[in-house]
Amino acid sequence: MNIKICEQEYTIEDKVSNLLDILFYIKENKNNSLGFRSGCRSGVCGSCSVKVDGVEKLACKTNIEDNSEITPLNNIKVLKDLIVDFESQNRFLTISNSYLNNRNENIITSDDENIINIESNCILCNSCFSSCPIYEVNKEFKGPFALVRAYRYIEDKKEGDISSKIDSIQKNGIWDCTLCGNCNMVCPSKIDIKNDIMKLRNKSVQLGYNDPNLVNNDFNLDFGFNPNQF
Amino acid sequence: MIDVLIIGSGGAGLTSAIELSKSSKNIVVLSKTFPTASQTSQAQGGINAVISNEKDSIENHINDTLKSSHSLGDKNSIEYMCQNGAKTIKWLDDIGVPFSKDKDNNIAQRQLGGTTNPRACYSSDYTGLKILHTLYDNAIKKDIKFLNEHMLLDFIVVDNCIKGVVALDIKNSEVKQILAKEVIIATGGYSGIYHKYTTNSTATTGEVLSASYRVGCKLSNMEYVQFHPTALKNNSILISESARGEGGYLVTSDEERFTNELGTRDIVARAIFKKIEKGEDVFLDLRHIPKEKILESMPQEYNIALESLGLELDKDLIPIKPVAHYTMGGIQTNIDGKTNIKNLYAVGEIASNGVHGANRLGGNSLLEIITFGRKIAQNIIENNENIEIEDKEYDIFLENKKLIDSIYDLPNILNFYDYKKDIGEMFYNKVGLFRDESSLQSVITNLDYIKDKIKQMGISDKSYNYNTNLKEFIEFINSIELGKIIVNSALQREESRGSHYRTDFEQENPDFEKEIIIQKDENKKVWDLL
Repeated sequence: MNIKICEQEYTIEDKVSNLLDILFYIKENKNNSLGFRSGCRSGVCGSCSVKVDGVEKLACKTNIEDNSEITPLNNIKVLKDLIVDFESQNRFLTISNSYLNNRNENIITSDDENIINIESNCILCNSCFSSCPIYEVNKEFKGPFALVRAYRYIEDKKEGDISSKIDSIQKNGIWDCTLCGNCNMVCPSKIDIKNDIMKLRNKSVQLGYNDPNLVNNDFNLDFGFNPNQF
Repeated sequence: MIDVLIIGSGGAGLTSAIELSKSSKNIVVLSKTFPTASQTSQAQGGINAVISNEKDSIENHINDTLKSSHSLGDKNSIEYMCQNGAKTIKWLDDIGVPFSKDKDNNIAQRQLGGTTNPRACYSSDYTGLKILHTLYDNAIKKDIKFLNEHMLLDFIVVDNCIKGVVALDIKNSEVKQILAKEVIIATGGYSGIYHKYTTNSTATTGEVLSASYRVGCKLSNMEYVQFHPTALKNNSILISESARGEGGYLVTSDEERFTNELGTRDIVARAIFKKIEKGEDVFLDLRHIPKEKILESMPQEYNIALESLGLELDKDLIPIKPVAHYTMGGIQTNIDGKTNIKNLYAVGEIASNGVHGANRLGGNSLLEIITFGRKIAQNIIENNENIEIEDKEYDIFLENKKLIDSIYDLPNILNFYDYKKDIGEMFYNKVGLFRDESSLQSVITNLDYIKDKIKQMGISDKSYNYNTNLKEFIEFINSIELGKIIVNSALQREESRGSHYRTDFEQENPDFEKEIIIQKDENKKVWDLL
């Protein structure tokens, strides 16, 4: 099997197809300096996300085909080979207020818990961040994982302070997303990120926020007559 | 000056950090990886706690834990942990952990192996993941400072008192001295020495245990390694105990059951290993459980089997084998997490405070890390000792700088990755589910042989930028020292008890109803890493 990793080609004699196993094989036998991260090997630690033929994948959960090309994630500074700088994620999570602010006394039902069940499976692998086209024009976009995490706490029936969270995701947040759905396609936890962002928009409108793109007509879109501004 | 330096950013370390953030102390968390990449993310089954006295009691939980510990458990530690179970769950619930609920809106509980009641609270089968991420979110809320991707090299100890640590910044290979008035070790276990035969993360290499040994920490019951009965045969990925808790069977190729699936892990794992040793294949069988039930209560297991093997839990037999999963041994501490070094604490899997003894009960590890993570932090806040640390360059810092320089100068004639693999196989076969004196002695001989070869090994990556070759070599040389400690401990325990099974001493012996302690002989210099 042939594989190209960060512009370098390798031939693998063994019958291995799991990408993480291949990366280890190359590192231990062919190129000791190959840089990649790994952890749980079972898709829950978020360490080994890379791009396979341009699409974000977890190396530990991906079987690859002959002549695949492996490259580091997009939109994040590459430190070495497949290793990117994850340090910025702290900042995006901080400014998105994505934590339980104020525990109320609500009784949580099974249905309540189900609402955030999938969203609370986010492993912070940064695949969605890498796939997002917004970063080409706005480096300050809070981005898919931070917005999902904000959603997870906004929809958490335990949260007694939703308004400050909703407020924190307006600027460089939910309205900057183009709803292209790239993030949905690459999320290993199968989170419907686009839908969550749409729900956050609805919730924002209900709380009196406006879509700034429509108010300012930033994109110069002609929607014709629309008394509701939708 | 840092007041409290926490080494490790998993469930135990983050819990201590969050609790300590209630005080005005300057705290820093040092992590070899990133907080959400820690081993805690892999805990699936649940977290034990008696939250209602209707059908269960704290007494039952204590008795189950004591029974599982095979008389090696510390009753005080176990009682403290079990009595605080409900408090721990409430704390987690209050900081945002989304526990699964039953039809009456109470936190749902399921039964794991070795327990008398459904006692494990869970969040589908992503319990550890959801707890870990919730802790991380709270750490962000509290603005806790992290030093990510820093590997501990050595502890700075003067006159039996901690002064800080020496760490390698993995991003640029810089050796740093980090002084701190108090240090909490929360770096997890050492199953990584079994390499390809463990469910654990590639990061659980245990070098912190070797470092703690070098400064005189007492290492307790290091021979105690729990093997999980059900890892996937081809890649050692864990299939959680919840699969058996929900009614799964263990069967051979002829679809015959051969053991009580809800027995303790040591007994079930040995029963499986014996079948495999005879050349039989062993499978997990969930085909009698409706798919909806499987998808609801163990979606992760369903996905793992599908993605790793292309098999469906509701339709196929899943080939499994037992592999190293959890290490009960570790740095000896008292109930407050204190080690024998002043101002140095240990908590979680790396600590041995007596809550597990000879065998850990499924569902008790998450309970341990949160309960004791909080307790240690609360004690540090209460004591609030006035500690002075001299701000200077300590000898051990300079020695480590030299060590790293000399690693770059090694010839790299032999590939250390080959030896790492050999050690993993050797440990699985000879320091595994069954042990005896001659095989353990042969491991010591082999480790000495490998140690003598170290100077012919080295790294071929001579760069300073994110050099994982260097990081892995340091892990490797530490693992040889760690390996000898484990085997020496296993040799000393001439009996079979819990997860330690000696084929040359097959019975429990009351004379060994005690800890085996390995501690550096003060008169002997510890072997140089190079």
